[in-house]
Amino acid sequence: MKSFTYVIKDELGIHARPAGMLVKEAKNFQSTITIDNGLKKADASKLMAVMSMGVKCGQTVTVTVEGEDEEAALNGIQSFFENNL
Amino acid sequence: MKSVKAKAVYKGIALGRIYVLRKNDYTVKRTKIDNPEEEIKRMHQAKEMASGQLQNLYEKAVKEVGESSAAIFEVHQMMLEDDDYVESIENIIRTQQVNAEYAVAVTGDNFSEMFACMDDEYMQARSADVKDISERIVRCLFGGEEQSTDFDEPVIIVADDLAPSETVSLDKEKILAFVTVHGSTNSHTAILARTMNIPALIGAEMDLEELHSGMEALVDGFKGVFLLEPSEEVKADATKAMEKEKEKQALLHQLKGKENVTKSGKKIKLFANIGSISDLGYALENDAGGVGLFRSEFLYIGKDALPSEEEQFRIYKQAAQNMAGKKVIIRTLDIGADKQADYLQLGKEENPALGYRAIRICLTKTDIFKTQLRALYRAAAYGNISIMYPMIISTEEVEQIKKISAEVKKELAEENVPYKDVEEGIMIETPAAVMISDELAKMVDFFSIGTNDLTQYTLAIDRQNENLDLFYNPHHKAILKMIQIATDNAHKEGKWIGICGELGADPELTETFVNMGIDELSVAPSSILKLRKIIRELP
Repeated sequence: MKSFTYVIKDELGIHARPAGMLVKEAKNFQSTITIDNGLKKADASKLMAVMSMGVKCGQTVTVTVEGEDEEAALNGIQSFFENNL
Repeated sequence: MKSVKAKAVYKGIALGRIYVLRKNDYTVKRTKIDNPEEEIKRMHQAKEMASGQLQNLYEKAVKEVGESSAAIFEVHQMMLEDDDYVESIENIIRTQQVNAEYAVAVTGDNFSEMFACMDDEYMQARSADVKDISERIVRCLFGGEEQSTDFDEPVIIVADDLAPSETVSLDKEKILAFVTVHGSTNSHTAILARTMNIPALIGAEMDLEELHSGMEALVDGFKGVFLLEPSEEVKADATKAMEKEKEKQALLHQLKGKENVTKSGKKIKLFANIGSISDLGYALENDAGGVGLFRSEFLYIGKDALPSEEEQFRIYKQAAQNMAGKKVIIRTLDIGADKQADYLQLGKEENPALGYRAIRICLTKTDIFKTQLRALYRAAAYGNISIMYPMIISTEEVEQIKKISAEVKKELAEENVPYKDVEEGIMIETPAAVMISDELAKMVDFFSIGTNDLTQYTLAIDRQNENLDLFYNPHHKAILKMIQIATDNAHKEGKWIGICGELGADPELTETFVNMGIDELSVAPSSILKLRKIIRELP
């Protein structure tokens, strides 16, 4: 199991569009990817669950990756956050 | 003539005949079925069909309103594929042995309820998206196509509510305006109407049963009025207003998105002055680079009591979010003199312009000041807010402000409340501030010159007094020299300087300001494009 934390910089937080892109990215990997903002948790491959977390700008999220390709998944998701959120 | 009040989401006027869009009434009934697996297969086929329709809508929207507004249909497609959503539908079909239509409708209601309950306005508006996709699958299950909307001449679309997909699927060339009974300003339909430059009203309280297609109507997005069967007089006025609007649009079209740059390459920023949250729309419509002066007084005036931190926070946050990353400079409370709030009991003064006002109130009634600062720093986390302090005359005042704002930020940090540090500047509107602008420039991030007060204090002329018109010269050399001094002192310290008074919009001075090296002019939204035109024609 691997994880990283990230502070959301996008003003709108994880709104509909980046949530959709995140889900697409997460589905590229075998590993289970979980997002946790301290209040709610969601599987990153589930769009409505991710959106319903209502992650806002300035919040810190912990992303946990577990599975066979966790190394690649961690890198992929981490760079997704840095580039889009 | 019948008049209906409504909320305008896009300002504009339209005159024409209405077309009442009535929803195809697919009443979903719960029926028992024998073969759940067959039913699930049928649901998946309908989902495929819905996804195909959304793909077409996406492509149409990309062409008509651009990629970023079209993205919602891509999100809709992904929502259709959401594991939890699909699983929920399958579960209902399997465990309750019911028809797919019912399972989709129930799942749609549950998920849209989940979004509706969130404490975030943006996410609340997403509940309409879930409803929209669920209705689309149900429609596909019924084997229905979308309602065809063929009209010979352009019409005003009147509906109970419009889903984004409905808005886009309509032929844009044939729509004069949208009027809906429901809907929210954050809805995609509202956003699309703005992008498509189509006047739109929401929340029009009326009974659609009483209307019929073909009735004449006027949509007034400026007044927020929907007028059925308008009189000849009203129609004539509307036609005139539409022509004026058309001229403005032509100017906009010609200059929107263009830089404020002179022929020799000198650039200057053009920001908007606004007095309330409802002016934000004007600022954006007129292509403001940001908000250079957001007068926070409107929150305090005309009320019975001071605005709470939450009330202020919500409004500042909305401003930050609506401007989507563009700078929003909010001026702290500038009350007193001609702007009074009874509950503050400031009392009558002999000489109010030289009296107890603005920062002087804030620095003595620090609880009021702190509440405003808390709201501002908190809202700053949602966008690009800057804070500006009015009526400064000394470095001591700035030190005092810094001390108070440091306390506020420390409190927020201790309470674990999210906030952001911001750019902080002062108004240069007293001759004293100009004279010590070299020292002030070291202490703040920017200057903004308030020319109205600076003129009144420098020339010792009360602008309300008509007898003094003879002596009043807004282009007085003393004022221009003061502006130059403040500009040079700001630049020496690497700080930027703007003008937010009336003089900033004076077309006769635009060239002077550009040459002085002023970095930003903040003017009424309606002046922005006129000034851009002037700037682009300067040598």
